[in-house]
Amino acid sequence: MSIKIEQHVYDVLILGAGGAGLNAAQVASQYAKTAVISEVYPTRSHTISAQGGISAALGNYEEDHWHWHMYDTVKGGDYLGDQDACEYITKNAPQMIIELEHIGMPFNRTPQGKIAQRPFGGHTSNYGKQPVKRACYVADRTGHALLQTLFEKSVSQGTQFFSEFYALEIVVNPDGEVCGVFCLDIKNGSLHLFHTKSLVLATGGNCRIFATTSNAHINTGDGVAMAMRAGFSWSDPEFFQFHPTGIYGHGNLITEAVRGEGGYLINGEGTRFMETYAPTIKDLAPRDIVSRCIGKEIVEGRGVGPNKDYVLLRIDHIGADEIMEKLPGIHELALIFSGVDCTKEPIPVVPTAHYQNGGIPTNYCGDVIKGSNGKYDVVPGLYAVGECAASVHGANRLGTNSLLDLVVFGRTAGERAAKYAQTSALAKLPDEAGKAGLEKLNRYANANGNVRFNDIYQKLIDTMQLNMSVFRTEELMKKALTDVERFEEMLKDYKVDDRSTVYNLDLIEALELDNMILVAKTATVAALARKESRGGHFRDDYPDRDDKEYLKHSEASLAPDGSISVDYRPVRLKPLTVDTFPPKARVY
Amino acid sequence: METVELKIFRYDPDKDEKPYFKSYEVEIRRPGMLLLAALNQIKWEIDPTLSFRRSCREGVCGSDGLNVNGVNLLSCLTKISCLNSKRIVIQPLPGMPVIKDLVVDLEDFFAKFITVKPYLIRRSSTPDKEFIQTPEQRKHLDGLYECILCGCCSSSCPSYWYDKQYLGPNALLRAYRYLADSRDEGALERLPILNDRHGVWRCHTIYNCVKACPKELNPTKAIVGIRKMLLN
Repeated sequence: MSIKIEQHVYDVLILGAGGAGLNAAQVASQYAKTAVISEVYPTRSHTISAQGGISAALGNYEEDHWHWHMYDTVKGGDYLGDQDACEYITKNAPQMIIELEHIGMPFNRTPQGKIAQRPFGGHTSNYGKQPVKRACYVADRTGHALLQTLFEKSVSQGTQFFSEFYALEIVVNPDGEVCGVFCLDIKNGSLHLFHTKSLVLATGGNCRIFATTSNAHINTGDGVAMAMRAGFSWSDPEFFQFHPTGIYGHGNLITEAVRGEGGYLINGEGTRFMETYAPTIKDLAPRDIVSRCIGKEIVEGRGVGPNKDYVLLRIDHIGADEIMEKLPGIHELALIFSGVDCTKEPIPVVPTAHYQNGGIPTNYCGDVIKGSNGKYDVVPGLYAVGECAASVHGANRLGTNSLLDLVVFGRTAGERAAKYAQTSALAKLPDEAGKAGLEKLNRYANANGNVRFNDIYQKLIDTMQLNMSVFRTEELMKKALTDVERFEEMLKDYKVDDRSTVYNLDLIEALELDNMILVAKTATVAALARKESRGGHFRDDYPDRDDKEYLKHSEASLAPDGSISVDYRPVRLKPLTVDTFPPKARVY
Repeated sequence: METVELKIFRYDPDKDEKPYFKSYEVEIRRPGMLLLAALNQIKWEIDPTLSFRRSCREGVCGSDGLNVNGVNLLSCLTKISCLNSKRIVIQPLPGMPVIKDLVVDLEDFFAKFITVKPYLIRRSSTPDKEFIQTPEQRKHLDGLYECILCGCCSSSCPSYWYDKQYLGPNALLRAYRYLADSRDEGALERLPILNDRHGVWRCHTIYNCVKACPKELNPTKAIVGIRKMLLN
């Protein structure tokens, strides 16, 4: 039986419809025939959940400079961020915010009618002296407003959307040229091969591999897994961000803006413990630090509740009016998920897996780079932006820099992808285009073994939570790796019950689980190899940062036999125009 | 352990001649358990063939609009205990074609959203800095911009069911979000689209949309706002 595969040709193809993909799309669509492929309708991408803000040194309340923002970004990333990218993002931030405002983003306003700004974790004035109001915001629905504004803008620019298409394979021809993507239309089971001149990867994150996470169901790392299978590396996979304030028992996010607006954490003794750990900026220390402090309070018996396994986030003291004006979404979430009215009581919180700090390696313009032994070159026509990409955040991303990353690098990659398409011919599609993706699809569509999704998924998220989260050791991580390798074996005996060609969620979850296992395994292998503590990667057995050995990016690759190898690549310490911020002790 | 019965609309066009209902016994595993957790329990532990949409699981992505005991809502924000029912009947959003089980076809819904030109339209030049918009002007957008495009409103509207060309409360709410924006100059382009028997005049102020909106927005008020603009 021959299988029908519909072919499409585009100048620019964008995989993923979050903020990064949509900003790339609305820009590229102005110059080139552009399509976006997304597993969900664009407005349902996970950018929608971003709450607190998007940073730029606008200085609408007080003096601020992009160079201060750059310093905070470099220091916040524990010196693993590439400093050319840190300069690029912070310097371009103010112009990007203005651009978002001009296309309709409904920012909150100062009394003078300018864009309102609030303080956020790790953002300071004067190179660490005190917190600064840098985060521009739309109440606590900044991501929601941003995503919808960009969707609407790309609609007005004529972007074509392929919604509820699940990508199975990035097609690379024998000359190493990236030339397309092979997809399944979830709604009717039809197969599609997209042939393209430029490809922008904007596939988001993967924190669904943890039991306690702020992430949406779709955040399963499909993009990085596909990129690895296509021969690209994953930079710094061991660095996840654990956000300090996830709702206890659920993991849903309570934005850092709560602390930006004056909220603070208290332990079981009623003590405001961050004053001890970070005397200068207290509760507004970067996320990795606050998460470890919460962990320490709990481990040392100062948690709250019958099991002393959470802490409290207090915001009621700023008053109900202020809360309902600036944090209405938080009020709703706390009420539904913990039954707490935060205008009267504190919210029970624990650290929650929130963000992938690493990703597909890029230069400061969003071009994907590839290489080995420390030498990496640009892959023509391939771009990676947003959470699936790595350059700027290093070992720990600062709050609000994520939305900024989406729009700055999304715009740059969109422009570059369109320009590349205008000056290049379509690369030749190989005869076996789609073969690997189709093989994987068939394997799961017909899987008739004994192991179902939940038999693996529950165990996977539990072992990652227990052994690969805020505090790690050699022993714990080895346990995680052994477990994950066992789960990988179990995939061979997998069963998909649903045989429908139409909206087969059983099949989609199988394909996602396959990717999650590759993601978990890669992260754990790289974490074991990094014998130091830096940013989101903290090891009790190597509690200090070791710049002599490890001021370098991990680059994890997938070998044909399924094993993971880890290469290293130097951090780009030289910014574009200013002086390097040399690594120093990270105190706040 | 306490249990509850979920009676769910099932339909797989590949094998079913017509839709049917299937009942599942779900365990209440924590106080305040949410309906989405019950659907996941069925999917992951009882019947993997059930299809439904969900993503953020916190009421902002708008994926999981469903009709539950006759009312449109989001499963991720609905506590089972609040339904006050030992037998919960779950159906896809009404008035939209069913793709499979609880999954409906949203193409027409999104096409109507796009029809109203849901983006800022400018005729005059833009400043170098941000547009100045006072906090009072910005307040006009509250209650309008928070829409999550879940479809609960339009699919609860009898006019929307009856008139396949009716833009529906969702698209009209979004149209008003831009009409009410002090930065927008698109009224002359947008209003003629809305001034139509399939536009604002199809609304018969039944208020189902207001009741259905999980974000407590008021599309009817937006529709009345547009009518006022048309009459002026």
